[in-house]
Amino acid sequence: MPAPPLEIHDMTVAYHRKPVLWDIDLVAPEGQLIGIIGPNGAGKSTLIKAVLGLAPLASGQVRIYGLPYAQQRHLVGYVPQRETVDWDFPVTALDVVMMGTYGRLGWFRRPGAAERRLAQSCLEKVGMQGYAPRQIQQLSGGQQQRIFLARALAQDAHIYFMDEPFAGVDAATEQAIVTLLQSLRDGGKTVFVVHHELQSVRNYFDFVILLNLRLVAAGPTATTFTRQNLQQTYGGRLTILEEAAEAVRLGEPPR
Amino acid sequence: MIALSNTQLVMLGTSLLGCVAGVVGSFAVLRRRALVGDLLAHAALPGLCAAFLLLNYRALSARALGEVAAATSAWRFTAMLAGAFVTGLVGVAVVTFICRWTRTKEDAAIGIVLGTFFGVGVVLSSWIQNMPAASSKAGLQTYIYGQAAGMTREDVWFITIVAAACLTLVALLYKEFKVFSFDPGFARAQGWPTLTLDLVMMATLALVTVVGLPTVGVVLMAAMLIIPGAAARFWTDRLGRMLVVSGAIGAASGIGGTLISAGALESVLGYDPLAFGHNTRNLPTGPVIVLCGTALFLVSLLFAPRRGAIARLVRMLTVRRRIQHEHLLRSLYELSEPRLPRVLEVPLSQLIEDRSWTAAGVRRLLRWAGRAGLVERTATSAKLTTEGLALAERVVRRHRLWELFLISGADIAPDHVDRDADSIEHFLTPDLVRRLEAQLARTGRLPPAAVGAVPLSPHELAAHEAHRSNSPSAQEPTDG
Repeated sequence: MPAPPLEIHDMTVAYHRKPVLWDIDLVAPEGQLIGIIGPNGAGKSTLIKAVLGLAPLASGQVRIYGLPYAQQRHLVGYVPQRETVDWDFPVTALDVVMMGTYGRLGWFRRPGAAERRLAQSCLEKVGMQGYAPRQIQQLSGGQQQRIFLARALAQDAHIYFMDEPFAGVDAATEQAIVTLLQSLRDGGKTVFVVHHELQSVRNYFDFVILLNLRLVAAGPTATTFTRQNLQQTYGGRLTILEEAAEAVRLGEPPR
Repeated sequence: MIALSNTQLVMLGTSLLGCVAGVVGSFAVLRRRALVGDLLAHAALPGLCAAFLLLNYRALSARALGEVAAATSAWRFTAMLAGAFVTGLVGVAVVTFICRWTRTKEDAAIGIVLGTFFGVGVVLSSWIQNMPAASSKAGLQTYIYGQAAGMTREDVWFITIVAAACLTLVALLYKEFKVFSFDPGFARAQGWPTLTLDLVMMATLALVTVVGLPTVGVVLMAAMLIIPGAAARFWTDRLGRMLVVSGAIGAASGIGGTLISAGALESVLGYDPLAFGHNTRNLPTGPVIVLCGTALFLVSLLFAPRRGAIARLVRMLTVRRRIQHEHLLRSLYELSEPRLPRVLEVPLSQLIEDRSWTAAGVRRLLRWAGRAGLVERTATSAKLTTEGLALAERVVRRHRLWELFLISGADIAPDHVDRDADSIEHFLTPDLVRRLEAQLARTGRLPPAAVGAVPLSPHELAAHEAHRSNSPSAQEPTDG
């Protein structure tokens, strides 16, 4: 059996000694649209960041198609949260999308006509072909999100990790993005999406990862997205884990 | 090298320095790390002093051994710059460490480290001043206050080499710097060693700072890094162009400052534009260079197209005037609405009352509308022309559709709607108006008959009220 697109073993992630994800074990299936679901502060973004090497692993390991991420970067596309960048930066929409090709280009090589064409076609895929020369501040929130999506498409990956791609976008853009994600999935790609709007989960995702500091459940939406699992994910705000994490952060051993 | 006069030599040095400071400083400005330049410049001082002490110690012991002091000026220069470079980077490292491991925030950490390092530097330097054996104390003053006029041929060579190296580096790593500055998280996920890139950027910044110290001095060097980049941002929305503009502004500041302080402006231009007379010969070069940069920054801030203050003011006034024009058309329409399709002559007094305009304001608006062929005016009244009516219908339709939308979609009481609609309706595009109408019709808020026409106002209109209560003040046009 070929290696799965994502495999996580015993992963614990900690910021400043405070664990934010505990002991995650997970195997994700290929070619599916996968929702990462959980309340605020559940560690959804952290899960993605840990996989991409952006958050420090306190323990455990991550495998992308059987190998560490550092060797498989070219297979992975990433859409960070929209608020993480300064949109007043002096770049155009096309410039940003072209950044998706930088990884393949390697050191010193500049993007050329081929990269420009690819970026343009990615802009078309997200319905933003008319906006290529715009400075990115002049785009609406939904359009900015689509630019980020186009940049990930330009990475030409097999697996995509998207951090809240629906945050702050209008209903029409959300629908357009979902359609695009479905077409990626139908093309055999695996797409992970951080999401927190519960109503749409059944419609959007084939597979869900329910998260609240630890892995509550992971599996096909039909069997996993159940009332009981949701209660476990969302119920009881201050869980034992949270209290334990707080104790570790304060650094006071129990008496 | 061609024979250069002293002023030309200094000009070459300061313009190269300004150019490279502008380019590497742009990245600091874009990454909101502008204060790091300040930190680097101040933290360089203890390094300078330490290197000076070390050199002097060596020179003394060499003399004791009966040798000729081997420390040439070039060697001295390099050693002191190396010392400044090292403590500058140590300062940055300390700030990073404080931010990462304590609760102190970056701005506070920069303030603390900057002050502490500079304090150590000042203590060391005053100690040096009091040392009896110090062979050349004057050198240190140069680094604190800067002294471009004393620039030697070797200094200029050194600046040229550093400038060429830094500019080549930025050209080579342009793509890497771009993605890292814009989105460090994405850059790291893509596999770029962001820590190294950060260090390389910081090192170029430190190198340029340290090389610039003898020219403009510790305090003003930071300004040389920040001002050109901040000014360039006004002129363009592309990173590449911004770097070029920033470099040009830096170079121009260097040239301008040198010319002014050397009193050479008069001999170049044939007259003295600043009317300083011969006093300019005594102006220190470093501060004048920075002030030249500030002048260019102010010009950018005011006059840059699109992002400049004046362009923004003009845009704002244009919008405001258009809003006034649309209000006039709507008033004229509503005042004559009860008799439509007949267009009434509306007395000025009624127009004034309808929107609490001033008489002068209404006349000015009507003059515009008359010139545009939208109204026919008499001394005391105005009446929409056919084109005026068509335009007014569009304006009123847009206004009322938006009002209806606010009432149905946003749960706002009908009598509050008028004012809310006023602020936004003027910005609705035709496409948005069409979609608005379609949605209102679909949800039954708009009677099918009103689609494509001007809907009735969802609230009482003062204009209509006036019509009903008073004897008809708007007059029916007499036929013929």
